[in-house]
Amino acid sequence: MTVNAEATQGAPVLRLQDIRKSFGGIVAIENFSLEVYPGEIVALVGDNGAGKSTLIKIISGVHPPTSGTMTIEGETVTMSNATMARAHGIEVVYQDLALADQQSVYMNMFLGREPTNRFGLLDRRRMIDETEKLVKELDVRIPSAHATIRDLSGGQRQGVAIARATHWASKLILLDEPTAALGVAETAKVEEIVQSLKSRNIGVLIISHSLDQVFKLSDRICVLRRGKQIGVRETAKTDKNEIIAMITGLQHS
Amino acid sequence: MPSANTAASGRPNGFANRINLQQYVVYFGFLAIFLFFAIVLRDSGFLTVRNLSNIVLQTAPATIMAIGLVFVMSAGEIDLSIGSTVAVSALAAAVTMNDYGLVAGVLAGLGAGLLVGLLNGALVAYVKLPSFLVTLATLGLFAGVSRSMTDLRSIPVTNGTFTGFFGSGAFLGIPSLIWWTAIAVAIGHLIYRETRFGAHVLAVGDNSRAAGVSGISVPRIRLTVLMISGGLAGLAGLLYAGRLQAAKYTLGETDLMTVIAAVIVGGTLLNGGKGSIIGALVGSLMMGMLNNGLILMGLSVSDQMIVRGLIILAAVAVSLREKSR
Ligand SMILES: Nc1ncnc2c1ncn2[C@@H]1O[C@H](COP(=O)(O)OP(=O)(O)OP(=O)(O)O)[C@@H](O)[C@H]1O
Ligand SMILES: [Mg+2]
Repeated sequence: MTVNAEATQGAPVLRLQDIRKSFGGIVAIENFSLEVYPGEIVALVGDNGAGKSTLIKIISGVHPPTSGTMTIEGETVTMSNATMARAHGIEVVYQDLALADQQSVYMNMFLGREPTNRFGLLDRRRMIDETEKLVKELDVRIPSAHATIRDLSGGQRQGVAIARATHWASKLILLDEPTAALGVAETAKVEEIVQSLKSRNIGVLIISHSLDQVFKLSDRICVLRRGKQIGVRETAKTDKNEIIAMITGLQHS
Repeated sequence: MPSANTAASGRPNGFANRINLQQYVVYFGFLAIFLFFAIVLRDSGFLTVRNLSNIVLQTAPATIMAIGLVFVMSAGEIDLSIGSTVAVSALAAAVTMNDYGLVAGVLAGLGAGLLVGLLNGALVAYVKLPSFLVTLATLGLFAGVSRSMTDLRSIPVTNGTFTGFFGSGAFLGIPSLIWWTAIAVAIGHLIYRETRFGAHVLAVGDNSRAAGVSGISVPRIRLTVLMISGGLAGLAGLLYAGRLQAAKYTLGETDLMTVIAAVIVGGTLLNGGKGSIIGALVGSLMMGMLNNGLILMGLSVSDQMIVRGLIILAAVAVSLREKSR
């Protein structure tokens, strides 16, 4: 059912098979199957309420699926909470970013996973050094690792959230509308950062309502409509009209 | 392309000024009040070593309670019950000690505080009731318990070892109350600033959802901070009992306002996410100095209360202004 990109090699980092999710009587997702390969960016598109965020929550362990199997690097996994997903190398950049606004950039980078020294005390030096290194690599322009989150711009915050995910993700990063709240320049910056994740051989699943962005960033596009998977296309071999037709279910001439 | 990456300080000036003001307001306030009294009360004995050390001794219980409250408020909660926890703990210690000896008495006092904290914490963390309402209720509840425990009587504490250790004694020439204050502040500061637990407390107070998805157990943090607060209020009860050589239901009754004021003036935000143990210490000393100076100036009890109330208002105003910008 799914179309595998020829360019990708090796086993998929994530494989979803026949995923179904219902909330009580409401079926939010059904018959969903998708593979994401290392170093690949897959875009998830669909109208409001199509089930995109639900799918992200299934993968990240927030809402375990009602049925279906999920495989990470060939190993079948059942994830019942976010901590388990993280242990499998999956990181999520939530729509609200999940940053602690009054704490420093480096404390956010290590939130819940702070390293300690041999006395059991916080190893600030290590957190600061690793933050600065990563921020430089990803070219997230923040004043300093010590800066407080609420003093940063929207794009800088988004950059910190993505940098955090990049730091911890060994296999897969899920991004839920990472540029929805950003201006033109900041969107471009975030897109650049997302693009740079490819070279780290991490699989990326990105939700976006902007088709321009989807066509700019993705290798493949997966379309959802009312919880059903309409199809997966290679970005290079499709166009906006086809995707729009798939999203809306209407033919555009 | 020039990049502002990791430049040492890219903060605009206005921001830096505001941060400094909020963070250091307690030190300026402390100095200002000290200088004011030093000048106005120069002939009334304010500046004597005896008076100044008295201020530190008298504020010891409030400082200890303030440390607990810094943890609670940093996690975005509040503990109003400390006022009556002090009395319950002091009474539990006094009654137990008179019958079963020193060690049992100390354990009973601290245990009573921890139990109140456990009750508050369980209701807040697991029943998910707001801490404001829970601790308001337990404040009243334990005020009643401490009254009925002893029929409003004062219980004498005659164990000399206890009163020395927790009250009038000294070690290496330094009064034991100062030792207790110093040790509590040092350990509190270390845990608050330098441990993962301290970082998690701040994260929960700052953004509990973010803390939760980052793997921090939010309920456990809430339970723990309220138990810390209860335990330290228990210790404060022991210090009162040791210094006054008696326990009574009125102990700590009027401390709640002073302690909250000390914590807020000391730079801890009412809504959590940011705070300072050292700031709370200085805030507590400032409130003690204020009390002392106002008494030396001859103000009536009611006037003292009015002045203290106004100071707290000013402190809250600064704190909220900072939070809402
Ligand atoms: N916890 C829940 N309980 C019941 N129904 C839910 C729950 N979460 C999502 N749904 C339903 O599942 C469907 C898909 O929602 P979802 O949030 O995944 O959409 P989406 O594609 O992310 O939309 P948007 O573009 O607006 O973010 C919706 O009909 C929604 O009402
Ligand atoms: Mg959504």
